[in-house]
Amino acid sequence: MEKSKISVKNLNLHYGENHALKDVSMEIKDHAITAFIGPSGCGKSTFLKCLNRMNDLVDNVRIEGQVLLDGEDIYDKRVDTTLLRKKVGMVFQQPNPFPMSIYDNVAYGPRLHGIKQKSKLDDIVENALRGAAIFDEVKDRLRKSALGLSGGQQQRLCIARALAVEPEVLLMDEPTSALDPISTLKIEELMESLKKKYTVAIVTHNMQQAARVSDDTAFFLVGEVVEFNSTQNIFSRPKDKRTEDYITGRFG
Amino acid sequence: MNGSNTLMKKRKRPLDTVLLAAVYISASLSVILLLGIIGYVFVKGIGTVNWKFLTSVTSALNQTAGIAGNLVNTLYIIVITLLIATPLGVGSAIYLNEYAKPGRIVSIIEFTTETLSGIPSIIFGLFGMVFFGESLGLGYSLLTGSFTLTIMVLPLITRNTQEALRTVPDSYRSGALGMGSTKWHMIRTILLPSSMSGIVTGIILALGRIVGESAALLFTAGSDYKLPRFGSDFAANVERLFTKTTESGGTLTIELYLQMQKGQYETAFGIGCVLVVIVLILNLLTKLAAKKLRPV
Amino acid sequence: MSPRIYFEQELDLLKNKVTEMGERAEISYDRLVYAVRGNDRETLKLLLDNDRQMIDMQRSIEAKCLTLLTRQQPVARDLRLVSSALKVVTDIERVGDHVSDIAELCLRTQEFKLDGVYESKLLIMMEEAKNMLHEAVEAFVEGDEKAARQVIESDDVVDDLFNQVKEELMGSIRTQNLDADKVVDYLMIAKYLEKIGDHAVNIGEWAIFQVTGDMQGVQLY
Repeated sequence: MEKSKISVKNLNLHYGENHALKDVSMEIKDHAITAFIGPSGCGKSTFLKCLNRMNDLVDNVRIEGQVLLDGEDIYDKRVDTTLLRKKVGMVFQQPNPFPMSIYDNVAYGPRLHGIKQKSKLDDIVENALRGAAIFDEVKDRLRKSALGLSGGQQQRLCIARALAVEPEVLLMDEPTSALDPISTLKIEELMESLKKKYTVAIVTHNMQQAARVSDDTAFFLVGEVVEFNSTQNIFSRPKDKRTEDYITGRFG
Repeated sequence: MNGSNTLMKKRKRPLDTVLLAAVYISASLSVILLLGIIGYVFVKGIGTVNWKFLTSVTSALNQTAGIAGNLVNTLYIIVITLLIATPLGVGSAIYLNEYAKPGRIVSIIEFTTETLSGIPSIIFGLFGMVFFGESLGLGYSLLTGSFTLTIMVLPLITRNTQEALRTVPDSYRSGALGMGSTKWHMIRTILLPSSMSGIVTGIILALGRIVGESAALLFTAGSDYKLPRFGSDFAANVERLFTKTTESGGTLTIELYLQMQKGQYETAFGIGCVLVVIVLILNLLTKLAAKKLRPV
Repeated sequence: MSPRIYFEQELDLLKNKVTEMGERAEISYDRLVYAVRGNDRETLKLLLDNDRQMIDMQRSIEAKCLTLLTRQQPVARDLRLVSSALKVVTDIERVGDHVSDIAELCLRTQEFKLDGVYESKLLIMMEEAKNMLHEAVEAFVEGDEKAARQVIESDDVVDDLFNQVKEELMGSIRTQNLDADKVVDYLMIAKYLEKIGDHAVNIGEWAIFQVTGDMQGVQLY
């Protein structure tokens, strides 16, 4: 039995009247990539955001149930969200580098968490950029604006920015949906190497991507987890008819 | 190639040509008008402007005109007004955009600020005189004038800052918050730097309004044109710098207005000249400052 | 409602092509039986060329499968259908081969006596193997696991018949009441028929794989 990093127990989420997540339970394995797939509006992104409490920022959200990160309930009243989000980093759908230099982008997190020393910051920035496989491309222009990078580079910079605070879990919300195929493959390659150090959860609309990169896959439908299994099983012999219809493209 | 199906049938569209000409003419007209006015003011006024005009005060005894006092007053009013209005305006914009939940109260506040910017300035003057001048006992003074102008330019800064904040993509906000940033830290490190150009636009517009205002100032800041009298004692001089704010003082525009009334058109044009240059310089300075403040 | 209408049509087309190829094999097989029964040497000669057409059909189906894999990237049951079609056509093509081989052997034998004891056994084998082939292709196209399992079971019948023919032919060698030439030819015909049964079993196994992802008890996919 592999160790699970995050265990979600009977999670329910309401947006006002809308019951967006229904009794979701899931074990997310340590040092593995877990993919969430499903049609638009099925709750997969909402669920991902629950894992670092990004839903707190939305009005009218009510969350019940437990999300245990290494056994600690992240929805406990005593949880400091700054520390939580340091442990559980996030990469978004649109590459969103801040309008500052490449260096400052990566140093944003470490500075936020109190690292001021120049030499230490330099090391962190370099390591994070290397970790996101973009260092060689940007090493000569660290002081230039991050907005001058291509979309794929920007997204890898955002990954570097997330890595700079040394998270344990990395949440990725459709990280390649805005990128060209080659940049997409680079990010997928990167994810494979990230798995060694981090636990990765990814939301994707691209089923081939889920099939290529993930170890486990959860299929969501109208707020429920229809099927959660190893990616191999989900994509070869799904147990549920709805899962099979979705992955074979028969979903109306 | 079949004749009815060919592409080679480019037609002249006369209306397009006419409209194109019309926009060209409008554009050139406005440029010519603007340059014309500035040029005219310069031609008429530049003769009056000399070192003495800039550094002395008008003396009935010597029959000389000078605007040094008004220059100082103008700077006082600009500095005081912006020092109060900028933080207030930016602060309220941040509150309205980032903290307040969209709803009734926000729309009421926004409606009020919009209306405020449409009110004729003489009404601000009236209010300023009665409220700051009489009720608060500040009388005719640079402070009364600045406070009054603050109310006037506040909407400008607020609205422009708000517009700028709105154009900052939400992805920046979620990005920063997702890194564990607190809301205020996110605003300080991401939002404000990104919306600096909007804030600066607001400040420039406010500057123009301050420099150009006369009606609201005539009955609040008054029309005194004398320079503050400095002595040799440093501490006393510093004190003088502050007490000046409680004294009456007319800006360049007020002085221009008064000179026009007296039929001193040459002096008036001279002041006009100086005003145009000041506005120009202040605009450039503000833009420069914004560039320094903007992150890469 | 499936949004992949074109893809489904293509999959149906693929199944139809497999069916067609199966039918093609059956038809030549029928002709063989018919020609053997009627000692129709002309038809037997025609069957020698049978192979060419089968190979064309096989290539066409393989090309279709590869195109579908490239352009539609099927997964789960779709991938099982396409990949097993790719395998099944080889078996069907082999059946066609064996039909030609048997026709050739029959031509070599001067006369095929229908009332002979070996001959009638061979005829029974022919019928049995033909049924298996038919059932197997149908089970594959329909995705019918139960029918496929029956095909696999019925292979025992053909195997038994083969062993009987073999025993009897060996007996006749000992008693020397048949020429050696004929013994070998008959034995080979029997062997080919037994092989046709095996191919039918393979097709049946692919039919089961198509439904369950299971191949001879191994979870392949």
